[in-house]
Amino acid sequence: MFSTLLDNRHARSTALQVLLLVGFASLLYWLWSNTASNLAERGIRVGFDYLDRQANFPISEGILPYDPSDTFGWAYLVGLANTAAIAVLAIVASTIFGLLIALVRLANNPISSKMAGVFVGGVRNMPLIVQLLFWYALATTLLPSPRLAFNPISGIYLSLRGLYVPSLSLGPYGVALVLAFAAITMVLWCLMRGRSPLERKITLGGVLVAAIIFGTIVIEPSVSFPELKGFNFVGGMRLSPEFAALMVGLVIYTSVFISEVIRGGIEAVSRGQWEAGRALGLSERQTVFRIIIPQALRIIIPR
Amino acid sequence: MAATELMAPQKAPPAKRMPILKLLFGDMMSALLSLGAVGVIVSLLPAFRWAVTDAIWATDDPSVCRSGGACWAFIGAKLRFIMFGLYPPDQQWRPVVVMSLILLMILVSLTPALWGRKLALAWTGAVCAMLALMWGGFAGLPHVSTANWGGLPVTLLLALLSLGLGFPFAIFLALGRRSTLPIPRLLSIGLIETVRGLPLVGLLFVASILLPLLLPPGFDIDKLGRTLAALTIFSAAYLAEVIRGGLQAIPPGQKEAAKALGIPHWKAIQHIVLPQAIQKVIPPLTNTAIVMVKNTSLVMIVGVFDMLSAGRSAAMDPVWPAPYTEAYLFVGLIYFAICVGISYYARWLEIRVKAKDYR
Repeated sequence: MFSTLLDNRHARSTALQVLLLVGFASLLYWLWSNTASNLAERGIRVGFDYLDRQANFPISEGILPYDPSDTFGWAYLVGLANTAAIAVLAIVASTIFGLLIALVRLANNPISSKMAGVFVGGVRNMPLIVQLLFWYALATTLLPSPRLAFNPISGIYLSLRGLYVPSLSLGPYGVALVLAFAAITMVLWCLMRGRSPLERKITLGGVLVAAIIFGTIVIEPSVSFPELKGFNFVGGMRLSPEFAALMVGLVIYTSVFISEVIRGGIEAVSRGQWEAGRALGLSERQTVFRIIIPQALRIIIPR
Repeated sequence: MAATELMAPQKAPPAKRMPILKLLFGDMMSALLSLGAVGVIVSLLPAFRWAVTDAIWATDDPSVCRSGGACWAFIGAKLRFIMFGLYPPDQQWRPVVVMSLILLMILVSLTPALWGRKLALAWTGAVCAMLALMWGGFAGLPHVSTANWGGLPVTLLLALLSLGLGFPFAIFLALGRRSTLPIPRLLSIGLIETVRGLPLVGLLFVASILLPLLLPPGFDIDKLGRTLAALTIFSAAYLAEVIRGGLQAIPPGQKEAAKALGIPHWKAIQHIVLPQAIQKVIPPLTNTAIVMVKNTSLVMIVGVFDMLSAGRSAAMDPVWPAPYTEAYLFVGLIYFAICVGISYYARWLEIRVKAKDYR
């Protein structure tokens, strides 16, 4: 009777699965009981009540206001917001930069495509953490003092103290007003779909005029430029060397991978599509943006 | 033979040669790109001056290095430390032997003709010998605890071991994920997706802090072992997804043919499906290998003394004028050499596999 049971495929697979499940459950139970006894032995308390206690450690910078007297829970939120902010900024910047590298690399010009190739090869084959540490070391040891700061465009200063850029302040409710205006514009744009080009142009003009009036009179934006006063800069927005190193390292590393994905997508579009574009008398730019990139996007986006 | 010749990829027609000036400045776009490239080169001149002309290549006196150029003399002075970390200086021939052994084994396994059970056994033996040699404590060799291991051997051993130990797990996870039975499938999916959803840094922290809590008091795994466990789980999850891709690419007819011939299910998997699947995914496997080599640099965060941490602490020596940039550049170049080596090898293999497919 036992051997017939063993020969039955269904019974065998059921037995195997039950065994697997029991094994996995007992592994989990073993780990859990070990942890429980270890915790009890070492007198470690477990729970989430610490989230309400005072954190007592500083966070050097963040987009949310934070003070060491705030709670652990708020500290987590501040960290999360920083992560999200860095991620959004890095994704946007590296997508743009990556597209640029890919296009330069695919261009017919031998010098620039070779250079882009060397850049991609070099960045791709070094660990991200080494690159981040390298940029951080560069930002904190090799940059000039504020007095000798790099000044590529007026209003932008790069020195040991960090990167100073002009800042735009929108007043107390500025951000909310701008967001509300953007929402109204989007709704208008959706309503305009399918209308005639003239109607759309009139609407666009109206929105632009409204934006200018709204921006200058209601929000009163003020721009502040950084200026060297004494030993440091005053005004403008400061990006700390840490932040600048992180952004530079992250954007360079990510954009190289993005550029490879984009290049793969563009190269996967068949040669015939280029030839067809040229045969129709489209300009090179039209061929790239109207024929090649839309097809390449379908290959790129799932990656 | 004739068929091979027939099917061999035909050589591309000779490229039309364009006059160089027309190529570089023929139209607006080319001219712009050429000018941009020249601009980038010019803007890199200060970096070139720093790294080459103003640099100090060899000196015994660290104070000379404060001139503003790169201080490559520092690398020369600290090379032994960056390479071997805190390993006792009089015993450093042992990591040298380990590294030569790794290099020898890699050179031997470059030819696909030698791949097989014997090579796998040789690798197992070699890795055990390496660990024994590093560990010591026999034949008059003094014992060196893993806390004193450091530098390049640690980086290489972590990468090798995490890939080697992760591979068998990965095969089981991949097969489990493709299984028709619900429980192995769900368990595999759960494990793979959990590990892939976590950043490696998080996994390393969990392993180094939580692992002692998860195991009964008798089991004491040192820091290197814990890190290796985290890296192994991580590489297993990623390798499993690569192998799954290979399994999906095998036409179901292969399995059905095996069934029709009366070959038992597991034998068919072992001898028919898996070899073909793994051969198909060799290029992505080498990619994963490169990623894992780069990932070993993250163990620095939990305090394992790999090559990057060794370079970092070498630069902390107050005698030298904080040559962090030089140290990271040097370490980065070593990683670069390793990864570029793997990727060129992968390209060569890929061409071979393609040539094989034409037959």
